[in-house]
Amino acid sequence: MNAKYMYSFLAVLALFFLAYLGVRVPGLPVVFGILLPYAAVIIFIIGVGNRIMGWARSAVPFRITTTCGQQKSLSWIEQNKIDNPSSKGAVIVRMLLEVLCFRSLFRNTRIKMKEGPKLTYHLEIFLWIGALAFHYAFLVTILRHLRLFTEPVPYLIRLLETVDSFFRLEILYDVVQIGLPGVFISGFVLLAAAVYLFLRRLFIPQVKYISLAADYFPLFLIMGIAFTGIFMRYFSKVNVAAAKELAMGLVTFSPHIPESSISGVFYAHLLFVCVLLAYFPFSKLMHMGGIFLSPTRNLPGNTREVRHINPWNYPVKVHSYEAYEDDFREKMIEAGLPVVKQPAETAPEEKE
Amino acid sequence: MSDKKIIIAGLAIFFVLITFPFWINMGKAANAPELILAPTAQAAMDSGEGCVLPLDEMRANHMQILDLWRHSVVRNAERIYVGADGKEYNMSLSNTCLDCHSNKADFCDRCHNYASVTPYCWDCHIDNPKGE
Repeated sequence: MNAKYMYSFLAVLALFFLAYLGVRVPGLPVVFGILLPYAAVIIFIIGVGNRIMGWARSAVPFRITTTCGQQKSLSWIEQNKIDNPSSKGAVIVRMLLEVLCFRSLFRNTRIKMKEGPKLTYHLEIFLWIGALAFHYAFLVTILRHLRLFTEPVPYLIRLLETVDSFFRLEILYDVVQIGLPGVFISGFVLLAAAVYLFLRRLFIPQVKYISLAADYFPLFLIMGIAFTGIFMRYFSKVNVAAAKELAMGLVTFSPHIPESSISGVFYAHLLFVCVLLAYFPFSKLMHMGGIFLSPTRNLPGNTREVRHINPWNYPVKVHSYEAYEDDFREKMIEAGLPVVKQPAETAPEEKE
Repeated sequence: MSDKKIIIAGLAIFFVLITFPFWINMGKAANAPELILAPTAQAAMDSGEGCVLPLDEMRANHMQILDLWRHSVVRNAERIYVGADGKEYNMSLSNTCLDCHSNKADFCDRCHNYASVTPYCWDCHIDNPKGE
């Protein structure tokens, strides 16, 4: 047992029961359904704004671009324009590849000793695939949840739902009955990818060694969100119209708890999301904003082309050697020290 | 210094995007759909007879019941459903469900449109088989 993931797991479990049992107490649905969601959104917006503005204020005195290819040089040396960009356009291409395709993660390698002994480098392709699957599934999941926050539901969101439920899976046994409502593939991909990312931390010794509770907690939280969502949709069922009534009340600033009951699992799902939102600005999840502000990626690597002046330089009073010699020339000659300008040349200037 | 402007612009765009549900619904009332029960269904409710299952369960689970009914009729040729109170029902969307709920537009569609659900029942079934 490892305290780092056990504590995270227990924390998520405790959150689940807090909401699941808490809503049975009269009066508490208002806390879980109205107060906490508003508080979480406010914390999220202010927290993210603060974090980003903090980064915006910090100085980037020198370009620390990571160069992953040939820098712009003489005309007959081919430049690697994307991996060592020298123009704004190329930086934008590089950033798009980074943000949308996780290019630097794709290039990540793992060093292994093979019999021989030979040092070998492997592409860590599964981490990249897992990360892509996780992030895109999460994005689709969030976007299709907009059906609960908009009335009428925009065409694009309905289109996304249609695409997401493209695979018509129906499993009908006495024990399991999945199929209606239609299966959204993104939810399952999200859960599977989060589980993979967790198992990776658990089973690769080097990764386990550097994993902290702050790494496990968001993973468990997201697994919890995906699990409660899937459980609610395909197994325990929930009154969707009532869930939407609650959500619509929140976004139109006329919050109320719907009369027809919503299950405790729904409130657990909601509490997980609230905790994730409130936890977001203070955690590693801020890589969402951080990736745009990475000075190793978002600057052109033109350190030899352009002179970069430290932005907080202020005029420093200097005493150059020329001025020093002007001040002490006579005395230097008297002491037998060599001088650059001879006194005969400077004599007319001295009179001025 | 120009970087700061870009960052603030990016942050502003991000905040506009994530508050989408708030401003898209600006000035709209969030009314939950009002269901109109057809006379037969209303009568069953008033008399305390109710539906196949209790109200809350029907609201959350009706799609699964329909799926099971279809499976049981089409695959196993079993047509009789025994309700919790021992009452027997014919497992049929057209003949049982729609017999009472003959007003699809004011009953089924209200919630389905509200929750953006497009069930494929109506790919095969006509919505008011008895033409009332």
